[in-house]
Amino acid sequence: MCGALFSVDDLKLKYVKDNLPVFTMDYPRIQIPFEVTLWILLASFAKIGFHVYHKVTVWVPESCLLITIGLIVGAIMHSVQEEPPAVLTSNVFLLYMLPPIVLDSGYFMPTRPFFENIGTVLWFAVVGTLWNSIGIGMSLFAICQIEAFGVQDINLQENLLFASIISAVDPVAVLSVFEDVSVNENLYIVVFGESLFSDAVTVVLYNMFNFVADMPVVEPEDVFLGVANFFVVGLGGIVFGILFGFVSAFTTRFTSKVREIEPLFIFMYSYLAYLVAELFAISSIMAIVTCALTMKYYVEENVSQRSCTTIRHVVKMLGSISETLIFFFLGVVTLTTEHEWNWAYILFTLLFYFIVLGVVVLIQIINPFRTIPFNLKDQLGLAYGGLRGAISFALAFTLPDNIGRKKLFITATIAIILFTVFLQGISIRPLIEYINVRRTNRNLDTINVEVHCRLMEHTIAGIEDLCGQWSRFYWKDKFLKFNNRILRKILIRDSRAESSIVALYKKLELQDAMEILDNVAGDISAAPSIVSLYEEKKNPKPKTFMASDLRNMHNILSKNMYNIRQRTVAFTRKHALPNDQHTKEILIRRHASIRRSLRPGSFQTSSVPRSQKYFSLPAGQNLDSRFPPRRLNREDDQETMSEVAYSAAGRRSRFSEPRHPSSSRAMMPMHRLDTLKEATSVDVLNENKENSGRAGTTRSSASSSGSRVPVPCQHRSPTRAQDDNGHSDNVIHVHHEAEDDHQPASPPPAWAVEPRDTTTRNPLLRRPQWNPKK
Amino acid sequence: MGSSKSSLRHIPNAQELIQDTGFSAAHIQRLYERFDLLDRDQMGRLRVPDFEAISHLAMNPIGDRIIAAFFSPGKDTVDFPSFVRILAHFQPTDDNRTRDSSGKEPYNSPNRKLQFAFQLYDQDGDGKISRAELLQVLQEMLGMQVTDELLQSIAERAIQEADLDQDDAISFDEFKKCLEKVDIDQKMRIGFLS
Repeated sequence: MCGALFSVDDLKLKYVKDNLPVFTMDYPRIQIPFEVTLWILLASFAKIGFHVYHKVTVWVPESCLLITIGLIVGAIMHSVQEEPPAVLTSNVFLLYMLPPIVLDSGYFMPTRPFFENIGTVLWFAVVGTLWNSIGIGMSLFAICQIEAFGVQDINLQENLLFASIISAVDPVAVLSVFEDVSVNENLYIVVFGESLFSDAVTVVLYNMFNFVADMPVVEPEDVFLGVANFFVVGLGGIVFGILFGFVSAFTTRFTSKVREIEPLFIFMYSYLAYLVAELFAISSIMAIVTCALTMKYYVEENVSQRSCTTIRHVVKMLGSISETLIFFFLGVVTLTTEHEWNWAYILFTLLFYFIVLGVVVLIQIINPFRTIPFNLKDQLGLAYGGLRGAISFALAFTLPDNIGRKKLFITATIAIILFTVFLQGISIRPLIEYINVRRTNRNLDTINVEVHCRLMEHTIAGIEDLCGQWSRFYWKDKFLKFNNRILRKILIRDSRAESSIVALYKKLELQDAMEILDNVAGDISAAPSIVSLYEEKKNPKPKTFMASDLRNMHNILSKNMYNIRQRTVAFTRKHALPNDQHTKEILIRRHASIRRSLRPGSFQTSSVPRSQKYFSLPAGQNLDSRFPPRRLNREDDQETMSEVAYSAAGRRSRFSEPRHPSSSRAMMPMHRLDTLKEATSVDVLNENKENSGRAGTTRSSASSSGSRVPVPCQHRSPTRAQDDNGHSDNVIHVHHEAEDDHQPASPPPAWAVEPRDTTTRNPLLRRPQWNPKK
Repeated sequence: MGSSKSSLRHIPNAQELIQDTGFSAAHIQRLYERFDLLDRDQMGRLRVPDFEAISHLAMNPIGDRIIAAFFSPGKDTVDFPSFVRILAHFQPTDDNRTRDSSGKEPYNSPNRKLQFAFQLYDQDGDGKISRAELLQVLQEMLGMQVTDELLQSIAERAIQEADLDQDDAISFDEFKKCLEKVDIDQKMRIGFLS
């Protein structure tokens, strides 16, 4: 904006004397916003353009592409002697472009894996960055001593300063590369966490070395002060973040009447956290990330569903724009600044950057301390994941001018950034695929093994979740207790004891789930109904499978089987909102149990049923003893198995899938069903009285499930009729149980679960003999 | 966290549990605290909703089956010893403890681990994984878009591969056999680090 020239009034005054201006143009006035908008649009067009050619984005991460486009544009601008937009200063970058990205990452960071891995993260961030910067700095200083390279005037402090700049791992670059490569969540968290925390370290080092660069002599006390400074910076950032997070959560408690501006608070408070941290020269990135982490949990409970969606979308959008712009400008500025090139210095920098990838050493040291050690692939990912990017870039530009070789430093920084982003970014995918391929090629597992192994992994994940995190769960549980008792009461508007399934279901937008049910209902009923499957294949001929079939199956399995803790893996998709698809599917399957738990006080809390009351068996006795099954062969360890309590699971029809109804043993199941209580259903509902609001929605779901029911009914009406005694269990389940015609010899003590809700009566009425309250 | 015996006083049968399961006193202590935290109504026993309150477990495709594994037949609550005994399955295999004093196989032997996994399939406890049971598990673990023909063929193939005595179901021995190359201990263990 080259100085407002004439004011509009002048213009008017001038012209009005002659003629009324029909058409005027006043570019300088709108210049800045106009150019900013154009740049953003240009960068976004580039993004659209990439995705037109899908193949490109597969192999080349977006960041590289954006930089390339930036380079092209920069080249154009350079050739026409145009200056890059003056707005692109490092201040603009640090204050305007960086916060959205970090907020985006912080907001969608999966908290639990983050805290589980926090030891590793800190280890890499702190020790790793220190190691890197000191190592590179020292080595470069050694190089500088060699006369031939002509860089003797760079002293140790300046070298260290430069080294600290380029040892800042960049979250932006890391994310954009990792998004396309599917890495396991532990790896993602560690690398990402490392990049966030290394900012704290870098800031400290940078300030320290900056300060020290002027001084001829370094006192030991300065080093000590530097360490103290580090703690101030790091912890200060966290404290500020948490503070603002709580304030923001508290504010949203009162926003129920002003829903439209709810999202605003999120953004304002987190930005405020960032700015205040910058004010005190403490780690602003950590402040904003901590703020987002703290805030998210409470805020999402307080705000309306729409606001929640809005917040997520806007956060993603801003982050996306910023990231695009950053890389774009990186490219532009590369060609439009003055460079000073010194082959030796730059080459050696690169060299040391790789050698001092002490990351590998660090990994080896810490691996034994981790519950899930990193395997080779992870280690490679970790080593590779330390990309440098825009932060280094901005820091380079903020170098004080009294450093003689500033331009050299800038050039070297840009060189490193380009190198890491391009080289590492492009090569990481093939490498990981290679390793994957090697793993799977060795792996001529049978289908069995694949399925069973996945089952076991799920089991382990489940048991781990059950146990909580061992080494730190003391604190976590303490925090959870504190959270439930105090924090939630203060910060959440309508705080009730949290029941996880309900909370989850809420979050996944109950309405959407219902829609899915309704839409898919037709499909579900047509979908694998085991009954129909069975009846078609009463006498299966042994099918022979060809090798290609086998490979197909493996493919299907690997693509479709749910990953462990699927939900969090979905967060690594940078440019997509978290994908709740699988979560929804799983929850739909458990729909019945969830719905019951959502019903307000439908079952009695107080009187905890004792087993005797409900089971026709004396407590503790195995059903097998009561109804001796006719088994063909029984394993010896059948005893231990039943002792370890599994067969009873069959009785818990509420849980899961329907068991074999044995139609031929008609009377037996019938009888058993009568007396057999679903004791668990009482339990499920006791603490969910408060969800009275759900009743309305559940009714609609009841009807939708009812519609689904008729199909399986038809298949089994002859045998089912007698079982239709109101023990319908509303398992909205894809598979309905089949008659077990194949195994007449081993009749299981079958607990027939009726997967239907024949009417949409009040569920209370479904089990008349159960519900004392009715 | 007190590994001294005095802090275990409030845990009934602690010594016996330690002997039985191979957990250390510190582990038992931790497990007790965890049990206590899960036990919402402080009755000293866990019930199904307590388990389901763990959100990640609820999200687990086979979460129901895992939860069910904790409950003995005929009971709808889990007391602390049972809780610990189930979890003992997931300790790393201790090669030295092949047989403990009472001659029973330790909980964390590979065999017991396999049994646990087997039970997750075999809901009706008849000692076999029938085709239907296998199909159920497959459906739980696979996304909804897999068609039923595919599911059928996968289950078919799985049974074919494993079923040696041609009874169209997978018995425990067959199950064990098809997993013989897999390091069960590695797969079914949790690092109970303290």
